Amino acid sequence: MKVQFSDISMRFGAMEVLQHITLGAEEGEFLCIVGPSGCGKSTLLNIAGGFLAPGSGSVTIDGEQVTAPDRRRIFVFQERGVFPWLTVEGNIGFGLFDMSEDERRTRVAQYIDLVGLKGFEKSYPRELSGGMKQRVEVARALAVNPDVLFLDEPFGALDSITRLQMRSELLRIWRAERKTVLFVTHDIEESVQLADRVVVMSARPGKIRRVVDIDIPHPRDLSSRRYIELRDLIFGEIGLAHQV
Amino acid sequence: MSRSRLLPFTGIVAALAAWQIAVMLRPSSLIPGPIAVAQGIGELAVRGLLVKYVVASLFRVTWGYLAALVIAVPLGLMLGMMRLGEMAMNPILQILRPISPLAWIPIAILWFGVGDISAIFLIFLASLLPMTVATMNAMHNIDPVHLSAARNFGIPLRARMRDVLVPAILPQLIVAMRITLGVAWLVVVAAEMIAVNSGLGFLIVDARNAGNRYDLVIAGMVLIGLVGIVLDLLMRRLERLDSVRWGYASE
Amino acid sequence: MRTHHRDTESTEKAISVSSVPLWFQRFLLPITTAAIILVLWSIAVRASGTKIFPTPTAVAKAIATLSEKSLLWHYIADSLTRVFAGYAAAMVIGIPLGFLLGWCAPLARAINPLIQMLRPISPLAWMPLAVIWFGVSNAAPIFLIFLASLFPIIVAAMNGVRNVPPMYLQAGRNFGLSTPQLMRRVMIPAVLPRIIVGLRLAFGIAWVVLVAAEMIAVDSGLGYLIIDARNAGKHYDLVVAGMLLIGLIGLLLDTAIRAVEQVVSGQWSVGKKQRLTTDH
Repeated sequence: MKVQFSDISMRFGAMEVLQHITLGAEEGEFLCIVGPSGCGKSTLLNIAGGFLAPGSGSVTIDGEQVTAPDRRRIFVFQERGVFPWLTVEGNIGFGLFDMSEDERRTRVAQYIDLVGLKGFEKSYPRELSGGMKQRVEVARALAVNPDVLFLDEPFGALDSITRLQMRSELLRIWRAERKTVLFVTHDIEESVQLADRVVVMSARPGKIRRVVDIDIPHPRDLSSRRYIELRDLIFGEIGLAHQV
Repeated sequence: MSRSRLLPFTGIVAALAAWQIAVMLRPSSLIPGPIAVAQGIGELAVRGLLVKYVVASLFRVTWGYLAALVIAVPLGLMLGMMRLGEMAMNPILQILRPISPLAWIPIAILWFGVGDISAIFLIFLASLLPMTVATMNAMHNIDPVHLSAARNFGIPLRARMRDVLVPAILPQLIVAMRITLGVAWLVVVAAEMIAVNSGLGFLIVDARNAGNRYDLVIAGMVLIGLVGIVLDLLMRRLERLDSVRWGYASE
Repeated sequence: MRTHHRDTESTEKAISVSSVPLWFQRFLLPITTAAIILVLWSIAVRASGTKIFPTPTAVAKAIATLSEKSLLWHYIADSLTRVFAGYAAAMVIGIPLGFLLGWCAPLARAINPLIQMLRPISPLAWMPLAVIWFGVSNAAPIFLIFLASLFPIIVAAMNGVRNVPPMYLQAGRNFGLSTPQLMRRVMIPAVLPRIIVGLRLAFGIAWVVLVAAEMIAVDSGLGYLIIDARNAGKHYDLVVAGMLLIGLIGLLLDTAIRAVEQVVSGQWSVGKKQRLTTDH
């Protein structure tokens, strides 16, 4: 297992947020964690990233216990994680401080290309759309060649059309590098569209209800029967009605 | 449209016209009209005092203001980072803040005598507190996401401060610097009215005392206003820098 | 969604600071720091052998003596009267004027340069003119305070109006409100929380200018106390006492206005994290 959560529990004050979470993610896997608001999925991710210490239990990555943030496992926030005082180039090159000038420039160019932002190297975040800013952040994360990527509802602030486009983009980029990805979302459709496996969490206190294998090959047809089956399965797990 | 370009000047022109008319209607010998004031400015220029006084005032402001910046910004950074340090110092800062810098004049004179250093000290005091408080507040307003991202990338503490903290607070700092410069400029004039013998503030007091030259008094006021505007505009230019523009709401 | 990271961050922060009990932070810590400063002050004075600069105890004694003689209370009353009079006048003129400028953009563009021109002129520089017009009396410092508060109040009112979300006004018109009704039922309530910060800052300026004004043109008040104490015998204990009183009273007034601010803003829940504008 690349990432292993062992019996993680967490409380904030008197509130129990996570209960006995045991979960593993394989190398190169795209794992989605889905659940209703407040179920602790973001907390779980923060623990994995080393930003929070768990009440009990531990997380290991490649066998090493996680105790602090580390550049081998990069968190992608929503587009506000992008530094507004740096250009696109500056942002993407942010973590590459121990490279030579030339190396850095090549690498930055490589990732600008990968995320499809060619031509915007010298632009500032305030000149970019939400989707573009999100791509800058993904590029920034990938540029330092991390082992694991954590994405916490990264498309949450985007409109639904952009979100669809960004999901395709993310999959394309992920296929180029095959990092291990832990992706948190409250959007069930999103999880079925993206993940290899979906971890369904219960409402607070967060427990793992079920882990669902998404055995549809990419590119996934959103009208196919298998897609709808799996999606409804997860809807049912969370206990949601089918009609509005 | 050329009409909207002229608009900003109409206010000033209207005020000047009203002033001139008022003076002509009541020719009391004391308050001069704009024309007399303009002549007064010309007179100062000819006597070489114009440049001399403006430079003297600017000189004092620069020293006091820069000295304050050099201390206030690091101090504000430190206090911003150390919650406990801030809570310890805060009440004291809050008590010192409402005290007019001019209230320090007796102490300034006691320590430094009458002269440039006293004036510079007063400006230093006037600039120190607002700048420290503003820096502290800027620290509070940093988006925690940025600090987390920096830690995530393994950036060591000192580099984090230099590459993330400072750029993040820079927009607010620069606005604070502009406002504090305005305060410093106000105080220099007041300080000069009391403690020295050159500069624009001195000009005002002296012109009145040594012969009721109210044209020079108002000339002094006009010059103060002009230099103040220029200083403000220069500082606003800083706000246009790319590395800082992001921090301001769109115009 | 967006707040999750802030939640965890602020939780972290809260956890790290709540390890130190609240009563310690709020009271013991500042009081201890103040006490340490007083001790250092005392030591510095003794060590330097100055005959003039007072120790903290001397200052405390001076305050006690002053408060016994009713003179202190007269001075405080005089100072307060002047600042309130000048500030009130500035509000009466400045707020409507600021509203007008905020509402009517061309007018603002015409008058703004004039305001920018007058603003950097220290109120004290108006002193000679004030003396001509009002003589050496209460009116001169009140005029100076009026001037000093006027510009910040105008700017605050102007910006407040400008920053009212247009959708409020659109909604008002949508419901058929006439312009006067729009002003009364939408504009004013919307503007109030936004300008109250500016009003508080303007008052702070008024207080500072008051002291300066009283040092020059009158014969009562806290500013006068300071200058007089020095001139009439180098009573630096009174000087420092006066300074401390000015600081404390100023802080009290500021806190009072902040309380009003809380009430007004709290009711309307105006967003706290507004981005900076470069209008000041």
